[in-house]
Amino acid sequence: MSLFEHLSIAFDSIRANPVRTFLTTLGVLIGVFSVILLVGLGDAVRAYVLETFAGVGSNLLQINAGRQETRGFRPSSGTTKNKLTMRDVEVLERRGFMLDGVSPIVLGSGELRVSELRRNVIVIGVGPDYVDLRNLEIGRGRFIDEDDVDHYRRSVVVGQTIVQELFGDKTSPLGQTIYIASTPFRIVGITKRKGKTFGFDMDDLAFVPATAAQDLFDLETVTHILARAKDRNTVDPAIAEVKDVLADARGGETDFTVFSQDDMMDMVNNIMGTLTFFLGAIASISLLVGGIGIMNIMLVSVKERTREIGVRRAVGARWADILLQFLVEAVVVSLIGGLLGLLLGFVTIRIVAHFQPDLPVALSLSNVAMAIGFSLAVGVLSGVFPALRAADLDPVDALRYE
Amino acid sequence: MSTPVIALMGAARVYEMGAERIEALRGVDLEVAAGEFLAIVGPSGSGKSTLMNVIGCLDRATSGTYAIDGIDVRDLDDDALADLRNKKIGFVFQSFNLLPRQTALDNVSLPLRYAGVSRKERHRAAELALSRVDLADRLDHRPDQLSGGQKQRVAIARALVTNPSLVLADEPTGALDQKTGNEIIGLFERLNADGVTVLIVTHDRDVAKKTRRTITIVDGRIDSDEPNVGAA
Repeated sequence: MSLFEHLSIAFDSIRANPVRTFLTTLGVLIGVFSVILLVGLGDAVRAYVLETFAGVGSNLLQINAGRQETRGFRPSSGTTKNKLTMRDVEVLERRGFMLDGVSPIVLGSGELRVSELRRNVIVIGVGPDYVDLRNLEIGRGRFIDEDDVDHYRRSVVVGQTIVQELFGDKTSPLGQTIYIASTPFRIVGITKRKGKTFGFDMDDLAFVPATAAQDLFDLETVTHILARAKDRNTVDPAIAEVKDVLADARGGETDFTVFSQDDMMDMVNNIMGTLTFFLGAIASISLLVGGIGIMNIMLVSVKERTREIGVRRAVGARWADILLQFLVEAVVVSLIGGLLGLLLGFVTIRIVAHFQPDLPVALSLSNVAMAIGFSLAVGVLSGVFPALRAADLDPVDALRYE
Repeated sequence: MSTPVIALMGAARVYEMGAERIEALRGVDLEVAAGEFLAIVGPSGSGKSTLMNVIGCLDRATSGTYAIDGIDVRDLDDDALADLRNKKIGFVFQSFNLLPRQTALDNVSLPLRYAGVSRKERHRAAELALSRVDLADRLDHRPDQLSGGQKQRVAIARALVTNPSLVLADEPTGALDQKTGNEIIGLFERLNADGVTVLIVTHDRDVAKKTRRTITIVDGRIDSDEPNVGAA
C-alpha cells in the first residue's frame, strides 16, 4: 500500500476525533514553539548584545579593584582590601600613553528632588572622558568637565526621562537647581535620548563629577575605572601598560584586575548560554511530554480499534500495513502540532519585532526545517510502540475483541 | 477433475496454554469443490470456529495439510497469508464489522486498497459489487445510515469485491431478525447460482438446511457430512 493511502487513512482517523487530536498536539506545539523562540529570539538577543557592546567601543577596558586570576568578567564587588582611588585615575591619565581616555566611575543611587517632585535614580560619578568612552551625546548644555571634577563642583547632567518627569515640557531645566540626596546641584547639560537597553532606561541617569559623587556618597574610593586603548590592535599592550603603571604607583601592589571587551563579551556569552540551556530544557521537556501524550492517545486508539484492525487483517492488510497505519497517524498528529507551534512562533516573533524594532528577530528556513524535523522525530518515536502493538495483534483475537 | 477450493487432510489444531493442551481440531479431512454452497454446523466449543479460522487463513493447523485453490499454506509466511486472504477469501461476519465512519463504497473498496488497486478502479469494482447485493443506490451511506440487513449486504459486497474463490460467512444471520436473515440467505443462494462458492458457519440448523451440504462438527471432528435433499 502506498504512503499516500496510509496518509489518507490517517486523516480519516484524525477527522473522526478533531478535539482529541488537537489536545494531543498541544505538547508538541509548545515544544516546537519554544524551540522557535529559543533559536529565533536567542540569536536575535545575542546579535543585539554584540551590536550594543560594539557601539560602546571594542577597545574599552575596565579596571576593577581586587585580583582575579581566572578568565571572565566579574562586576566590581567593593569587598576588596585595596580599593581604587582618584589617585589611580590621575596616574593613568598622566602616564597611560597607550590610552586615549580614562574615567573614574562612582556608582550610587539617590533621590532627586525639584520643589516637591521626587524621583530615585542611578547617579554616576564620572570624569570628562566618560562622554567619549560611552558615546554619549549631549542635547543641550555641556558634559561634566575637568573643572567640575577638580573643584568638586555640584554640577549634574541629566537624561531625558528625568527632565520629563521632574520638569515636564514647559520650563527649560538648564541652569536650574536640583537636589540630589538633599544636596543642591546645578543642571549643566541634558543627554540626548538613548532609549532602553535590556529594559533599562538609559535616559533615567544622572551624571555628576566623580569627586562630587564621592562627597555625596561619603566615599574615598571609586567603583571602577573605565579606560580605552587607542585602537583595537593595541588592547593587549594597553592592558600591560595599565598593569605596570598602576603597580608602580601603588608600590608594587597588584590587587586589581583589568578586563577587556573580550572578557565582558565572554560574560554575555555565558549569560546567553545559560538562557539557551534553560529554553532548550523547556523545549526538550515539552517535546518529551508531547511525545508521551501522543503515545498514550495512540495506545488508546489501538485498543478502541482492535476490531477494525482484525477486519483489516482479514481482508488482506499485512503486518507492515497496520504498523504504518498507526505510525503515520502518530507522525501526522505530531506534525500538525509542529506546524501549529511554528505558526504560533512566527506570529510571536512578528509581534516582538513590532514592539522591539531594534531586535533583529527573524524566522529562518533552518528554524522551519528544525521544527519540522523535531516533530517528525517525536511522531516516529512516540508512534513506534503503539504501532507495533497494533501490528502484532493476532487477527483471530482482534476479530473476537469486544 | 478441477482443483478443489478447500482441501484439508488430517488437519489438527492444538492450543498449548502452559501445561494445558486443548485439541480444538483432531484431524479433519474435507474437500470442497468450486461452486459449492455448504454449511458447517456444530455446538459452541465444537471447534467449528477454529476450523473456520484455519480455512480462512487467519490461523494455521498445527498438523495436517491445507490447500486453498491448490495452494499449500503450510509454508507460507504471515504476509503471504495476508495476500491469500485478500485474493482468495471474502469474509462475512455476524456483526458486519464495517468501518463506522466510511461510506458503503469505501467499506467495499477496502480489500482492493490492500491489493494496491487504484482509487478509480476500486470504486468501479465496489459499485459493481454493491449492485450485485442490490445496494447501488446506497453508495454514499455510512453504516449508521443503513439497516442491519443493508449493513450485512454491504459486508457481503466487500467479500465479493475481489472475486474470491470462497466466501466464508460466520453466523451471517446471527444479528438479524428472521425475515432479514432469510433475505441474506436468499442472497447467498443467488450468488451461488452465479458461481460463487459459499461456506456458512452457523449453529442454526435451519440456516444450514438451506444450503446443499451440511457438515457437522462435534468435538473437533467431522461427525457427519451429508447433502441436504430438497434444498435450493
